[in-house]
Order: sequence, then C-alpha cells, then structure tokens
Amino acid sequence: MIKVEGLTKRYARNIAVDNISFEVEKGQIVGFLGPNGAGKTTTMRVLTCFMPPTSGTASVAGFDVQQNPMEVKRRIGYLPETPPLYPDMEVVEYLDFVGRIKGINTADLPKRINEVSEKCAIGDVRQKLIGKLSKGYRQRVGLAQAILHNPDVLILDEPTSGLDPHQIIETRDLIKGLAGDHTIILSTHILPEVEQICEKVIIIAKGKVVATDSVENLTSRLRGSETVAIEVIAADESGVQSRLEQVAGVSRVIHKESKDGRLHFTVESLEGRHIRPSLARAVIEAGWNLNELHGMALSLEEIFLELTASHKEPAATREAAALKEVVQEDIAEAGAEEESK
Amino acid sequence: MNTFTICNKELQSYFRSPIAYTVIALWALIGGFFFYFGLSFFVQRSMEGAMTGQSFPMDINEWIVRPLLSNVNVVALFLIPMITMRLFAEEKRSGTIELLMTSPINDIEIVLGKWLAAVALYSIMLLVSVLHMAILFRYGQPDWRPLAVGYLGLLLQGGCLLAIGTFVSTCTSNQIVAGALGFAISLLLFVLNWVSEFGSSVSERVIGYLSVQAHFESFSKGVLDSKDIVFYVSMIILGLFLTSRSLESVRWRA
Repeated sequence: MIKVEGLTKRYARNIAVDNISFEVEKGQIVGFLGPNGAGKTTTMRVLTCFMPPTSGTASVAGFDVQQNPMEVKRRIGYLPETPPLYPDMEVVEYLDFVGRIKGINTADLPKRINEVSEKCAIGDVRQKLIGKLSKGYRQRVGLAQAILHNPDVLILDEPTSGLDPHQIIETRDLIKGLAGDHTIILSTHILPEVEQICEKVIIIAKGKVVATDSVENLTSRLRGSETVAIEVIAADESGVQSRLEQVAGVSRVIHKESKDGRLHFTVESLEGRHIRPSLARAVIEAGWNLNELHGMALSLEEIFLELTASHKEPAATREAAALKEVVQEDIAEAGAEEESK
Repeated sequence: MNTFTICNKELQSYFRSPIAYTVIALWALIGGFFFYFGLSFFVQRSMEGAMTGQSFPMDINEWIVRPLLSNVNVVALFLIPMITMRLFAEEKRSGTIELLMTSPINDIEIVLGKWLAAVALYSIMLLVSVLHMAILFRYGQPDWRPLAVGYLGLLLQGGCLLAIGTFVSTCTSNQIVAGALGFAISLLLFVLNWVSEFGSSVSERVIGYLSVQAHFESFSKGVLDSKDIVFYVSMIILGLFLTSRSLESVRWRA
C-alpha cells in the first residue's frame, strides 16, 4: 500500500530524513517511533505530498507522490501534529468545507458528516465553534477531518500528544476501531502506545530507520535469553529460590517480593534455553503451589534504548540522554494512565 | 468548483472576524467625509457663482465625482493590505495550510479562491460608496457613464493591489509583517509616477508606467483606455502568478 525507497529529505543545512526505506501492507497499523526530531513528521509530510523528497521515491497505492500527487492526496487522510482547524468555524461547517475540498460529492456530504461525527463522538459539539472546543474534542474533529473522505491510508502525526490520559485512551480506541478499513501510519514517541495499537513498528532515529518489524518479532529478535516471571505459594523463601536456581538452563533468579506467602521471582535463562516447562515441574515436584508463570517480553523501552544505543555515533551521547528522558517521561505517563483506569 | 469553495470559506471568515466590519466601517467613515467635503465645496462654489452673477451650470462629474474617486482611491490603498494580510499568513501560522496543500486541489485554485474573496470584500466596500453617488443622482443630473468607468477603474486597481497583497501574505506567517510589507509595496506602486515628473528618460518613463495611480487617471476622467486595462489585468496576473509560485516554494522550504 505504501512503499518508500531511499527517501532523503535535506533542509538547508541538516538532513532530516536520510535514505530510509520501508513498506506497509494494506490494512496494517504501523507505528512510527522515534524521539522528537527523528524525522517522523518529515517522512509523513513527504507521504502526504506536502513537500517533495530531496531524493528517493515514495508511493501510495501505486501512485508516486511526485508524479501523481492528486491521486495520492485523494487516497490519504492526514492529521498533522496540530490539527488543521479554523477556530472561527462551527464543527459542521468545517467538515463541510473539508468534504468539499476533498472532492466528496455534495449530495453525499451530509450523510458522510453524520457518519464520521458518530465514529469520532463529536455529535454533541457539531454546532459549536471549533475555537471553543477542548483539546480532546479538537483532536477528534481533526481525526474526523482525516477520515471524512474514507481514505485508504490514514497518516496520523502524534495523534495522542497533549491529551489527558482519559482522552488518550479514547483516541487509541478510536484508532483501533478504524483499523481494517484503513491502512494506518501513526507516529509517536510514546512507546506503550505502539505496543497497544500497532502491528508493526518502524523505529527511526536521527533520520535513519533503526529497525522495522512486528512488535513481537522485534522483541524476540532482541531477546537472546528468556525472562520468566513466576509466582509460587510457599513459606520457605530461600528454599524456593535455591531450588529454582538448580533448574537446568537458569542463569539467575531474582526475588521480587513476598506477600501473604506468595513469592514472586524473576528468572532469567541462559541463551537459547526454554526453561518454563522445567521450572513448572520443579515447583510442583517440590510440593509447592504454582500460582503464576509467564514469559516477560522485553518492553519497547528496552528495545528502543538498545537499538538506538547500538546505533550511537560519537556525538550522540547527548541524544542518548535526551532519549532516556523521553523514556522516563513515558513511564510516568503510562503510570498516570494506569491510575486513571 | 474548488475555487468557489475556497472563496466562499474565505469570504465567510472575513465576516466572522471583525475584519470585514472594520474595513467597511472605516471606508464608509472616511469616504463619507470626502463626499461631504466635496459636496459642500461644490455647493459653496455654485452659490458664489450665482451671487456674482456668473451663473452657469456646474458639471457634477467634473466637480464632485472625479475628485471623490481620486480621494477614495487613496483610502482604498490603506485598506487593501488589511484585507489581504491574513489570507495566507494566518493559514501558515495555524498550520491549516497543511490541510489545503494535502487536499486534492490545485495551488492555483487556492490562490484564485482567496484572491476572489478579497476582491468580493473590496467590491462590497465599493458598494457602500455607491450610496453617496445615489445621493448625487437624487439631487442632480450627473452622467452615469464616467462614473461607471471610474468604478471599473477602482475595481481593477484594487484587484491589482489585492493580488500583490495576496502574494506578500504567502511570504510570511506573521500577519503584521504581511500587512506592513503589502502597504509599503502598494504605496510605492502608487507614487512611482512621480519619478517621471522630473525627467523623461526611458528608465524614468518605464518606472512611471508601473505606477498604478497613473493608469487610474484616465478612468477617473471617465475615459476607458485599453492600454490601462491591459496594464491592470497583467499586473493582476503577475501578482497571482507570484502567489502560486511562492505557495509552491512553501512545499520545499517548509
């Protein structure tokens, strides 16, 4: 559906996007992940025909962005980082205007506006001035604008930035609901968001693609050894720990916490060893109760840090620090979200 | 069709904001003052003429309409940058330019739509001053033909300055800068003919020819000269051409 090859975008002095290539299949939701200034917005602007690439090609549904911009624009819905809204218009007037310039048949337009208003839950503010809407509503009107002409491809630039946790969840659900009908690319610097919404992730840093893979593959590719969380109901804490350490293939056992006789451990395996079955057997055979056992996926935070760190150039230490900050911010954000649930 | 959509949206937004009302009110106020002044002067002169016994019918077109058109023309010069300054600058600042430029419409449709909206507002403004002329028709017998030509001249010159103002608005995302720059360029174009008053070398004549005011002179006299129409129309096309090129450059500069 989307094909980008050797795309480079150079501004006066710096290179924003440096020779990136990727492909997106029809119906996929792809996360575009990277710190601020990594080149996400630039790539999206090239795909939406807002600006031409310096070199390389990009095509949407088989149409090149430079040769056939009109065809590409017809098939793309775009929500820029700041929703492109006219504050002096009413929501319904705005959607009517957008519908007209997107080339929707004027006879179908009112019906279409009703449909997207319902989908984006903006029915109750239809007659309100956009300038008077809250940020969450503005974002949803922006999303309504993007899907109004029922485009094959949706490009969303940081769709959840600046929203409160409740609105973030709503927006994510909305995007998930749009999957299937549309091919979606969304950019974000919030890592859990990609894990939650996307099937495939493209990690980009300093204008280069660092990794392209499905969320699961990426995790397992980076994971040489397996990490397992285990919860055992037993009284003898050190006994359990030493028994677990004796299981073949285990490299390390870390005691996490104990609560009402339930003991939590994190067990790391040696490289390439599957330890879950033997762990379970060991616990049962010792006469303890196994309460929980599950593999722990490496979080995207860790993947991200690892990938960008291995990509590090001499002058990149400052960026790495900035990255860390972003990650911590995300963790905090995710925490806040958890609370709101 | 797209041009009409853009034009319609732009015109509505003029009337949603205070811009349209401010511009029209200022125009009515200052235009009204010039009209009152011209009319009083005319009345005084004809009374004086009657008292000294040199009674002859004074030409309303010559005494009122022509100076009024020239004065009103200067007022338009001040108001036009206020009309055009927001056209693109605001879209660039608020980011809505991304919506326009990623929609399946041509740049030229955007440019034309916006310029037409500005021309429409300017025409509405001119309509207000038609009220003054209506008063002249109620109490006198002015010739309507030179008046119509004069208004055509106002419209053409306005269209030309509006096109240039639209171009200036694409160059910046700051409305004040767009307004100031637009006004400076309009004023310069207005007074360029002063150059040719002090000499008649080829370069001075060429520069003088570029003055929008010089070409308005014949319109205000009621003379329809194809040379002047060609000048205004080509200036409008130049302005709109520059606008669309500048808009295109937003793509690779942004």
